[in-house]
Amino acid sequence: MCAVTWDFCGLGRRGISATAPRQADITLTVDGKEVTVPQGSALIQACEAAGSPIPRFCYHDRLAIAGNCRMCLVEVERSPKPVASCAMPAMPGSKVWTNSPLVHEAREGVMEFLLSNHPLDCPICDQGGECDLQDQSMRYGADRTRFHEIVGKRAVEDKDLGPLVKTSMNRCIQCTRCIRFANEVAGVEELGSTGRGNDLQIGMYVEKTMNSELSGNVVDLCPVGALTSKPYAFHARPWELKHTESIDVMDALGSNIRVDSRGVQVMRVQPRTNDDVNEEWISDKTRYAYDGLRFQRLTTPLVKQGDRFVPAGWEDALIAVADGLKASGATGDEIQAVAGHFADTESLVALKDFVNRLGSDNLALDQVGGTAPPVANVDVRSNYLFNTTIPAVEDADVILLVGTNPRHEAAVLNSRIRKSWLHTGLEVGLVGERVDTAYGYEFLGTDAKALADFIAGKGEFAKKFQAAKKPLIIVGSAVGEHVDGAGVYNALAKFVEKNKKTLVTPEWNGFSVLQRVASRTAAYDIGFVPSKKASTTKPKFIYLLNADEVDPKSIPKDAFVVYQGHHGDLGAQLADVVLPGAAYTEKGTTWVNTEGRAQLGRAAVPPPGASREDWKIIRALSEVAGSPLPYDDVLTLRDRMWEISPSLVRYDITERTSTELALAGLKALAERTAGAKVTGATFQKPIANFYQTDPISRASVTMAQCTRSFVQGENYGFSEIGKGSEAAYA
Amino acid sequence: MLKAARVSRPIRAQSRRTFATVQDPPVRRYGGLKDQDRIFQNAYCRHDHGLKGAQSRGDWHRTKDIILKGDSWIIQQIKDSGLRGRGGAGFPSGLKWSFMNKPGWEKDPRPRYLVVNADEGEPGTCKDREIMRGDPHKLVEGCLIAGRAMNATAAYIYIRGEFYQEASHVQQAINEAYKAGLIGKDACGSGYGFDVYLHRGAGAYICGEETALIESLEGKQGKPRLKPPFPADVGLFGCPTTVANVETVAVAPTICRRGAPWFAGFGRKRNEGTKMFCISGHVNNPCVVEEEMSIPLKDLIEKHCGGVRGGWDNLLGIIPGGSSVPILPKNMCEEVLMDFDSLKDAQSGLGTGAVIVMDKSTDVVGAIARFSHFYKHESCGQCTPCREGTTWMMNMMDRLAEGRGHEREIDMLLELTKQVEGRTICALGDAAAWPIQGLMRHFRPEVEKRIASFRAEHGPVMFGGRLRNQTDPTLAIPDNLGGNLPV
Repeated sequence: MCAVTWDFCGLGRRGISATAPRQADITLTVDGKEVTVPQGSALIQACEAAGSPIPRFCYHDRLAIAGNCRMCLVEVERSPKPVASCAMPAMPGSKVWTNSPLVHEAREGVMEFLLSNHPLDCPICDQGGECDLQDQSMRYGADRTRFHEIVGKRAVEDKDLGPLVKTSMNRCIQCTRCIRFANEVAGVEELGSTGRGNDLQIGMYVEKTMNSELSGNVVDLCPVGALTSKPYAFHARPWELKHTESIDVMDALGSNIRVDSRGVQVMRVQPRTNDDVNEEWISDKTRYAYDGLRFQRLTTPLVKQGDRFVPAGWEDALIAVADGLKASGATGDEIQAVAGHFADTESLVALKDFVNRLGSDNLALDQVGGTAPPVANVDVRSNYLFNTTIPAVEDADVILLVGTNPRHEAAVLNSRIRKSWLHTGLEVGLVGERVDTAYGYEFLGTDAKALADFIAGKGEFAKKFQAAKKPLIIVGSAVGEHVDGAGVYNALAKFVEKNKKTLVTPEWNGFSVLQRVASRTAAYDIGFVPSKKASTTKPKFIYLLNADEVDPKSIPKDAFVVYQGHHGDLGAQLADVVLPGAAYTEKGTTWVNTEGRAQLGRAAVPPPGASREDWKIIRALSEVAGSPLPYDDVLTLRDRMWEISPSLVRYDITERTSTELALAGLKALAERTAGAKVTGATFQKPIANFYQTDPISRASVTMAQCTRSFVQGENYGFSEIGKGSEAAYA
Repeated sequence: MLKAARVSRPIRAQSRRTFATVQDPPVRRYGGLKDQDRIFQNAYCRHDHGLKGAQSRGDWHRTKDIILKGDSWIIQQIKDSGLRGRGGAGFPSGLKWSFMNKPGWEKDPRPRYLVVNADEGEPGTCKDREIMRGDPHKLVEGCLIAGRAMNATAAYIYIRGEFYQEASHVQQAINEAYKAGLIGKDACGSGYGFDVYLHRGAGAYICGEETALIESLEGKQGKPRLKPPFPADVGLFGCPTTVANVETVAVAPTICRRGAPWFAGFGRKRNEGTKMFCISGHVNNPCVVEEEMSIPLKDLIEKHCGGVRGGWDNLLGIIPGGSSVPILPKNMCEEVLMDFDSLKDAQSGLGTGAVIVMDKSTDVVGAIARFSHFYKHESCGQCTPCREGTTWMMNMMDRLAEGRGHEREIDMLLELTKQVEGRTICALGDAAAWPIQGLMRHFRPEVEKRIASFRAEHGPVMFGGRLRNQTDPTLAIPDNLGGNLPV
């Protein structure tokens, strides 16, 4: 695992220099137009910049250059042959034509060859309507075929890549985008090509499934219908779908997504390009857990009568909550609110305001030890944010992972670390449970004592860390839940303070906490944490907002429990009254990612049945409970958010904590955790099963199949999906 | 093209009197290389191929002095000698080697490699194996000298996997050279450190392409790389590399020893030197022979091979440079000289100097169809035109060999070859296209004759090879299948 070898591009695993020096711009002429591009750009980029579109299949901005589809041929002055513009560096002063007869003829020729072995099954192909081959053959291809050979077209056996990616290898045009993605980004080095010439096939030499959290991205990358989405197979056509740009909540990265819906149903989730967050990848959970939005949904308010839930109207349900609050006799801190994984910022603010109005400070988080004040001092933002910011991870030259497995906690971030590891001299060290990270790392130990050794400067890695120019410590969110959490934070805070010359500078903050839950950063931002006094109070009234990870034993038997959320998962079972909320695809709300970047999600479909947007439920409840909240619409609510913290409504940007403040925060953190004892208990990875971490993914059939296929390693015959006759889907 | 050929032909020039009464220089006829001028004295393996035998033939004689002359001296010698790469493309070797010594190369900390391409897979070619079997020390010494010229740290000899005996001989030569201190840390006592490694390939023709060879040497699939970057910048293991043919490397020591003018004295201008020719096919005495460049093709065959089987008039055509160059018909074979420029003017190429002679008994369409099979089989499948084009061309050639096609398909086939040629990453696409173009250029009537006779026998043939009379008469046939075309 630590010695994963990688050799795909000709340059070998590691380059010579860590970062490419910034180079000057060059000017060239494309189709008579002068264009200036940075030196080192490919010709295809220069042509794009000049506004001359170049057709392509194998070229992709984020993957290594293969230059094998030959679709991007252009004419360059003083070159006798047409030149593959993706593989040719732009040269200053060169003259390029993208619209000459030679180029037209070359494109038509390549297109004819591509189509000669491509089946004519567009009517039953899921890629239809968003197929590069279809589009480009319309634009650049000939209007008729000359391929009538009696030997017919190539036939290739389909591969089984697991329950997510459906293959139809007859359609493959061997662009190798999937191979390059798997090797460079996802770290599935088994995927490659076998055979040669016309028998070249994409697949694994020893047949196995594509075991990666990012495998779904190959579906987007495939320019034809060879790799399509298995769960989405034959469900919808792209032109039937409504696109809604939104934010993902399956992890704390806040990946930018596009929710494609038809009517009231989410049909699929696609990534949206955002270089600062997810580039253009999303994890499989983000992409495929959407079918969980259809199952186990709470569609109507429920009131418990005896041991049964009885559907009720909103009025009755809210009155039942108000009555329950009164009947429980809860006052002050005996009223507890628990913020779960999917609680959006608006509803968190509303709930906090509501509970505070009732005189309580008992604001718990839905995590281990969530009822106690957080270990890290959350008064200063830099103590719980991913301060380095996600894109800057690529600049780090040494990374220490503490109690985290980024591959499962933030799969897309993990691909950035891998990218950096592949192309620069990045060294990674890990304190925590051994995991397969998709890049090599130095294993330092499993517990806080190993960290203490590192801090004491013992070992090779500690020396490398000391010598690094831009070192980075990524602290997992599970560290705060660990019994040694305080001790670890204390040691790290002191260590960062000591090494502030490299770790906390105006340009670089190398102390980062990686949250794994979409709502957590916002909860910390608005102070949704219990006071010390409140945390010792035994609650009589508990309000679970999307809280589905609570330990049932932690809820007192006589407490009145309200659950507000969208899935009938654990939280709802514990409740006396269930209030159906909206899932992330059904509400336009703010999400703050682990960097502290506020992003606005948008509603793609209406909430099912009688369910409502979450903050409105709380607002309505406050009215019924007799202390109405002072906002009637979401804009006023966002004004309130601005009052709490302006960063909550400054969308799409991250704000650096100043060096002084960050250091002051660490100092406070160190003081607060001073004297914490270290037991030496091993760190456990918080996510045992990547595919099922929350109510949506637990309700998802696809994720259940992934669990069986990838986590349990069993083949239950899911791979038969897509192998049956097409008529089965009719 | 004919004009150019005529200019270069050694015809008797008219002695025209001008003001100055200067005699025109005598016309020079090329060929007839004397034994003492042969570089590969043991090409037929009649003598000892080991170190002792090699030294008795002059190898390793004062190699130290050559090395001590330095890189620029060696490169200048090679440049002056006019040596052009013997692997097929004919790039001037001195110039190629000098790419390794760009200004400031000393500051580059990377190691530098010479890679010797001994993956001789071109059908018809068998010159390198004779060199490696009989004169392996010439190759090893050549590695050292060429390596010194480009300041390489090591040479890798990538030998074709099928060449077992040759690999043993080369390995033996390497071992002997190490033992004698001729290569290694202090090569020949010159203080220059140089290693030679032998690597056996696994039998793919495409691994003879320089970048595919590098990939294969690195342990990957032998698929050509994109250029740029050229191997001289980023080559084997990401280091500056030059790939050279066995013959090119092996002649370097003799050039340095006997002097560039000696080597340049052979052959026409820009095509200087001696060359190993391998003549196979319908000749009385197929052979590998070292001859002067620019020897007329007819002379080569008459002198060394005992003539064409059944006499010169029984000749159908000759492929002058291995399977990837276009065929020449008999009348052109009488005129061409065996050098790069003359054959290029004849729209063919010298290639590797593998002369494939075909007499009138040959099924020339079938022969070229067999080549198409070869290229289809050896295409790496990386880039589209070659992957799809070679298969398509093979299918069409198979049909045309039988005559099962439409006359219009000949032009379509030619168009397909044009769509492959020059559109691919490496030269295999070109190599697959050229033989077909050559065939259609010179033997099109033969192909048309077959189509006509097949049609006479079986009735009209539609595009793609289906017979019209095998179609369902109750169904309408689309016009684009050519079923209703008159002829």
